[in-house]
Amino acid sequence: MKVAQWKQEWFGNVKGDVLAGIVVALALIPEAIAFSIIAGVDPMVGLYASFCIAVVIAFVGGRPGMISAATGAMALLMVDLVAEHGLQYLFAATILTGMIQIIFGICKLAKAMKFVPRSVMVGFVNALAILIFTAQLPHFKGEGWIMYALVGLTLAIIYLLPRITTAVPSALVAIVVVTAIVVLGDIQVGTVGDMGALTQQLPVFLLPSIPFTWETLMIIFPYAFALAIVGLLESLLTSNIVDDMTDTESNKHRESRGQGIGNIIAGCFGGMAGCAMIGQSVINVKSGGRGRLSTLVAGIFLMFLIIVLGGLVVQIPMAALVGVMIMVSIGTFDWSSIRNINRLPRTDAAVMLVTVAVVVYTHDLSKGVFAGVLLSAIFFAAKISRVKVTNELVNQGQKRIYYLEGQLFFASISDLPVNFYFMDQVTEVEINLEKAHLWDDSAIGALDKIEMKFEQNQIAVSYSGLNADSQQLMQRIGGISKASGH
Amino acid sequence: MFQQILLATDGSEHSIRSTKQAIELAKKFSGTIELIYVIDGQTAKSDVLHAADKFEVEQKRLEKLKAVEDIVRTAGIKYKITILHGEPGPTIVAYANEQAFDCVVIGSRGLNNLQTFILGSVSHKVAKRVNCPVLIVK
Repeated sequence: MKVAQWKQEWFGNVKGDVLAGIVVALALIPEAIAFSIIAGVDPMVGLYASFCIAVVIAFVGGRPGMISAATGAMALLMVDLVAEHGLQYLFAATILTGMIQIIFGICKLAKAMKFVPRSVMVGFVNALAILIFTAQLPHFKGEGWIMYALVGLTLAIIYLLPRITTAVPSALVAIVVVTAIVVLGDIQVGTVGDMGALTQQLPVFLLPSIPFTWETLMIIFPYAFALAIVGLLESLLTSNIVDDMTDTESNKHRESRGQGIGNIIAGCFGGMAGCAMIGQSVINVKSGGRGRLSTLVAGIFLMFLIIVLGGLVVQIPMAALVGVMIMVSIGTFDWSSIRNINRLPRTDAAVMLVTVAVVVYTHDLSKGVFAGVLLSAIFFAAKISRVKVTNELVNQGQKRIYYLEGQLFFASISDLPVNFYFMDQVTEVEINLEKAHLWDDSAIGALDKIEMKFEQNQIAVSYSGLNADSQQLMQRIGGISKASGH
Repeated sequence: MFQQILLATDGSEHSIRSTKQAIELAKKFSGTIELIYVIDGQTAKSDVLHAADKFEVEQKRLEKLKAVEDIVRTAGIKYKITILHGEPGPTIVAYANEQAFDCVVIGSRGLNNLQTFILGSVSHKVAKRVNCPVLIVK
């Protein structure tokens, strides 16, 4: 059984996996380079990361057919670390990120994903799209119309080519065409080569050269922690999407551990932290990739291309990369959330917008997620601590029935007594709890107090409609049971 | 003649029109209708993003098809719903050809004009490659 599953995951779809892996490798190159530039490191750092992570995840990931590599979400988190402390600290943070993710995986924290509301996740991807887009704007500074025209041409090819053929990724064709125009026409524009060195060799094992001190740990830990959380969030979201597209299940805890192992190895081989990529995984599945082989082929073919074609890669004009990144940001943005924003509950829309705003302001996806989760928790508490009380007179005005609706617990009972007329003219009061739920000692206490106040005015109190759970709580805590005659 | 009808739908206004035509056809030949809804990568992404879990994703998709389903049910025609994943055009073609339908009914335009402009129309692809007769509803 185990062997059969292993065989299926690796060799169940060889032809589709190899072809899709090649397509993904071609699509990965421009992104890996562009994300390196966002992070402020040499293109090789992103390429090595993509190679290491893809290859490692192929073996240890929990979701066959999902593509993991260097990503924009992670690159955006490491900008300050690279700028202030340099590359070696980035490698160290990458290794630490992996360790944290492995701990998350072992502790099965993927389950905690359910505490991140949808509106926060929507805000997350929208903020990511906005940041990837704004990260491209500096490249336009001080450039002439040639650069603008090249970006325009790149985008035109990307969006119009699929009308004619979908056999090759249109982003790659755009890059090839624009690079050819620039090289053959001898046009002077900024190229990838200007952004950093590109070495045509395999990554080598090297521990980061940093002082192994408490101080170093304190520098890298906040970054590593944010990277670990953002990486897992995006990876688990991506694995859900791949699950849905392929109508299969995946192991989320194994994926968390796998992401960790991938990052540790990337850090040891001169790569930056990465995670699963929604866009590339969708490309993979669309191109026919289903098994682990597709991820492995993507990683290996990527490295092969860099070693063989490295000399050409440095000649890619930045304009073409900027065009590809604009496409990535358009594809990442969840446009349906804008179309439907009026139909969403107000609080959900607010949570989404706050998540986006915090990320755009702080440039830190993890802070946005934190703010979003916190705000939705507050909204939830406010919503749930509202208890509705209505009443009606029966028995020719002799008896009044109060209907309580909602959750009765410590936070919701403080305003409860104001809804009752203790100086009423009736002789009998019934408290109907059919649509209410008693949760704690405070709820029982509040009802006791209400009962007492009525009895001081010679009004008898009875209860009705208690659900089994609440009844049990009442009996255990006592107070009420004597008066209600149980 | 047209007993087994495959109705390609995405729950949009347009596909309601094609649903009515499919019903006419089914009534005339006392046939059955199979509703097929194909989810592409982009839709899968946004559906998953907006739902808490698998169950909810499924519920929302069935909800999308509810308007279409209601019309077919009130018409008293035997029907079945199939949800598939992939590129709409090729997926519909493959399914129609391997299941031996007598007729495929499809609307000429789906939800998104921009997509039609960029990707070309799904109905065109289907008409070209499906073996049985195809009814394109304007």
